[in-house]
Amino acid sequence: MSNSNGLKSFFIEIGELTLFAKRFFKEVFTKPFEFKELIRQCYAIGNRSILLVGVTGFIIGLVITLQTRPTLEEFGAESWMPSMVSLSIIREIGPVIIALTFAGRIASGIGAELGSMRVTEQIDAMEVSGTNPFKFLVVTRIVAATFMLPLLVLFGDAIALFGSYIIENIKGEVSFMLYFNKVFHVLDFSDLIPATIKTFFFGFAIALVGCFKGYNCEKGTVGVGAAANSAVVFSSMLLFIIDFIAVFVTDIFFDL
Amino acid sequence: MNTGQNNSKAIENIETKSVMLEIKDLRKSFGDNAVLNGFNLKLYEGENLVIMGKSGSGKSVMIKCLVGLLQADSGSIKIMDQEINTLNQKDLNILRTEIGFLFQGSALYDSMTVRENLEFPLRRHKTRFKDASNMDELVTEALESVGLLHTVDLMPAELSGGMKRRIALARTLILKPKIILYDEPTSGLDPITSKEIIALMRSIQKQYKTSSLIITHDVDCARVVSERIVLLVDGVNYVEGTYSELSTSTDAQVKAFFK
Repeated sequence: MSNSNGLKSFFIEIGELTLFAKRFFKEVFTKPFEFKELIRQCYAIGNRSILLVGVTGFIIGLVITLQTRPTLEEFGAESWMPSMVSLSIIREIGPVIIALTFAGRIASGIGAELGSMRVTEQIDAMEVSGTNPFKFLVVTRIVAATFMLPLLVLFGDAIALFGSYIIENIKGEVSFMLYFNKVFHVLDFSDLIPATIKTFFFGFAIALVGCFKGYNCEKGTVGVGAAANSAVVFSSMLLFIIDFIAVFVTDIFFDL
Repeated sequence: MNTGQNNSKAIENIETKSVMLEIKDLRKSFGDNAVLNGFNLKLYEGENLVIMGKSGSGKSVMIKCLVGLLQADSGSIKIMDQEINTLNQKDLNILRTEIGFLFQGSALYDSMTVRENLEFPLRRHKTRFKDASNMDELVTEALESVGLLHTVDLMPAELSGGMKRRIALARTLILKPKIILYDEPTSGLDPITSKEIIALMRSIQKQYKTSSLIITHDVDCARVVSERIVLLVDGVNYVEGTYSELSTSTDAQVKAFFK
């Protein structure tokens, strides 16, 4: 009985999230546009995540190279390292891990911020002053995250490759030029473009879920915590679903 | 007894003025819990009307229905002759600029300075407040009217509870509303700050000539500001009169409030 109730509430939530997304698409193209707030959110979301993304990317590069190198050495194939690491980082590991890190920081942040604005009646105050709080708070955050995450992923990928080069340089005495020549030799636009396109969807999904949870927050401060928590869980789950669909579609068009 | 006659005369005088807000047979339920059961009200021009009632009697639900934050199940709400249930979102937002709302918890925007809090509604109604110098003047005027001009660049977190309430009042005033709705204006404040807020409400009413609907269970607040009091019990108007009429009532429900 409780399982069926849980399933029912899950599908109700999916339905409400879909309506929330529909409202976003309706409001994003109608005036007035909140450009100033959008720029502020782009700065806040991008700037708030850049250090975290940089550190995460660097560690991804180090760890993948360190873990993979012994196996390739066994086959005498360590010269494949730059190609293998760059493909796995650019195509999959970079976007997914950086998006997960981003979800942890941004979805919870948005969920908690909007949630506390809801329970302290700040959103109601905007509404009674004749302002559209959805446009000011939700639309700006979703648009900002949608455009900031791809930039952060590109930055994180570059840092990850640099981390990988450092290990290669220490262990295999590979020069910077040689390492990145090999990286750019193997990388193709068909690797970079689909991987970058999917990060727009990741950014959109993360902010959408964060805003949805925060904007509809109830039950006081307990609700704020729950909104922040469930925003991270829900958006992380959504990331994997989007990733699966993206890889599936890419396979059809680019024949992976 | 004379006082009662004088008060009744005062109410008669008020009733000759134009109606700013009229509620007829307002009903609102949450599931099986009927909160408003046919509530009726008239607020006249320049009047200070206090609504009193126990917690859970439907006061806050009623005031939220007035500004469209909650949708009533049935009944009519007319604000300055406009039926709010039939207005589209754009017209409702225009009407909302004529109504100020002071929230119980002040509801200042945490991420903005006091100046940005006050400018926020102005920037979104640019057609009424075109140039920036006018905006600065309006911010200064609103802050001066609550005596907190020096806080203009502070963040809400740097203000005391009483200061927040006064800044929220300044933000309410900045659009020059014709009606101000106060939701528990003195709750959570110490007695001295409560008195300051009450005095401020009176001076604002005189300065801006607004009509005020005040929801409170603070008897001192009701005594000082009210011209008329409506007691809300179980979602309906239980009794209506002046402070002196209700405070001398022999009805047990009414006496419970004015002990």
